[in-house]
Amino acid sequence: MTTHEDVTCTFCGCLCDDISVEVEDGDIAAVKRVCANGRGVFAEHCSDARRPTVGGREVDFDEAIAEAARILDQADSPLIYGLSSSATEGQRKAVELADVLGAVVDTTSSVCHGPTGLALQEIGEPSCTLGEVRNRADLIVFWGCNPSASHVRHFGRYSVTAKGTLTPRGRQDRTVYVADVRPTGTSKTADHFLQLRVGSDYEVLSTLRLLVRGESVSAEEVGGVSVAELGELAERMKSCRFGVAFMGMGLTMSAGRNVNVAELFSLVAELNDHTRFSVIPMRGHGNVAGSDQVLTWLSGYPFAVSYARGYPQFGPGEFTAVDMLARGEADAALILASDPVAHFPRAAAERLAAIPTIVLDPCENLTAGVARVVFPTATYGVDAVGTAYRMDNVAIRLRAVLPTERPTDEQVLEAIIQALPKRAAQLEAVK
Amino acid sequence: MSVEFRLITGRTREQAIGLHKGKASQPYLDATHQVEMSGEDMSRVGIDEGARVRLRTPAGSGEFVVREGDLPPGLLFVPMGAAANELIGADTAGTGMPSFKGQPVEVEPA
Repeated sequence: MTTHEDVTCTFCGCLCDDISVEVEDGDIAAVKRVCANGRGVFAEHCSDARRPTVGGREVDFDEAIAEAARILDQADSPLIYGLSSSATEGQRKAVELADVLGAVVDTTSSVCHGPTGLALQEIGEPSCTLGEVRNRADLIVFWGCNPSASHVRHFGRYSVTAKGTLTPRGRQDRTVYVADVRPTGTSKTADHFLQLRVGSDYEVLSTLRLLVRGESVSAEEVGGVSVAELGELAERMKSCRFGVAFMGMGLTMSAGRNVNVAELFSLVAELNDHTRFSVIPMRGHGNVAGSDQVLTWLSGYPFAVSYARGYPQFGPGEFTAVDMLARGEADAALILASDPVAHFPRAAAERLAAIPTIVLDPCENLTAGVARVVFPTATYGVDAVGTAYRMDNVAIRLRAVLPTERPTDEQVLEAIIQALPKRAAQLEAVK
Repeated sequence: MSVEFRLITGRTREQAIGLHKGKASQPYLDATHQVEMSGEDMSRVGIDEGARVRLRTPAGSGEFVVREGDLPPGLLFVPMGAAANELIGADTAGTGMPSFKGQPVEVEPA
């Protein structure tokens, strides 16, 4: 039996890198320190030597590559989507494929923190690392997120109960606020719970900005919260040593979307006139932060990028996957490490069954069930090495605990690129 | 009689654990085919814990099992997944993001 220490779990944006994995007879026998959400990454891993399929029929790797290349080459408006559960190595190869094809590339960010990206472009992102939170933060605000269900070890490793240099007593050294529309496991851990009416985040955040500026507010209640409570929070925010706001889908998926997030980012930026304050989006998929990083460093934009004109164009609402699919604009799709048939509105999901779709994923999922070509791939962090970005944009190396028996995303995508007639023509033109 | 609510969708631990077993697995299907509702609303609609209800929006409809949840009256919670997404429209208001939270929804006993 071999024990691998300091293994990284890729389930969520916490990227906990202290996991212990015991391997016996070529299989994972035990996993320690992993949370309930992440246990399946290892315990239910998909690494049996399955072959690719075309039209549901098992084929050789080269035949599947040829069919995928044919589909993408013949498409007028191909869509490449997903990326967030791949490693940066696979992500940058997906962007290269989009560039060669003149395709649109979009990531799960667009149905996650895409609106956060829009707010970031408008306001900037006053941010910090989770290490700084752990060691320094004495005021934590969770806004529209529920890490007790989605990021289970966040409290212990980084925020609520973590003990650090200036927070040696952990929970006792911190004040915790939660703002949400319903009580959650997270609100039950808080010192103060602000229960908002649905869709009122913008009004409450605007009121907080006024109170932080010292303006008077004549209303007694805003968005279901008393102004007196908001005034108390405003004073705590201004007087804390180091405050951090963690924000989630409650802001990005509700009416207002990016405008809600921009209001929070503005509040945090203004708080830095009084003390030190940061904001960190609670990123879902293990490397969704990496997909933003990779697309931004290669194209200048974090998601919704079209290479159709030969240069990158940014178009939320136009080049985002839900919009392209629901409007019937994509005539072929390559889905990398995600499951949009499970996670898109039906009108968009149905389009994937109507067009030739290629899926790269370690496990069988609902999108693979409607796909023309399916490549079972290695899992970065289990049987392939790679790099992922934590929710605070710190790069973490992913180790492999099992031997790699399947091709990685990067290898499949490179093989497709090499098989494209368009790529051959480009190389010929360079000569 | 149908009653109108607001719907929010999101992650639950049961959904997260179930998805590792596959989206056709019973744990995943059970986790994603339930709707949380306040006790006050359950009385208003006239249903008990474990009853089946039909949720309906302009985008579609689906059947869910009722669970009493700690929610304010008028608000429903359904775990994220293919079942919830039958109810979500594809309009993204020019952002790419559908209305996964705050969608008006009607409830009627199934």
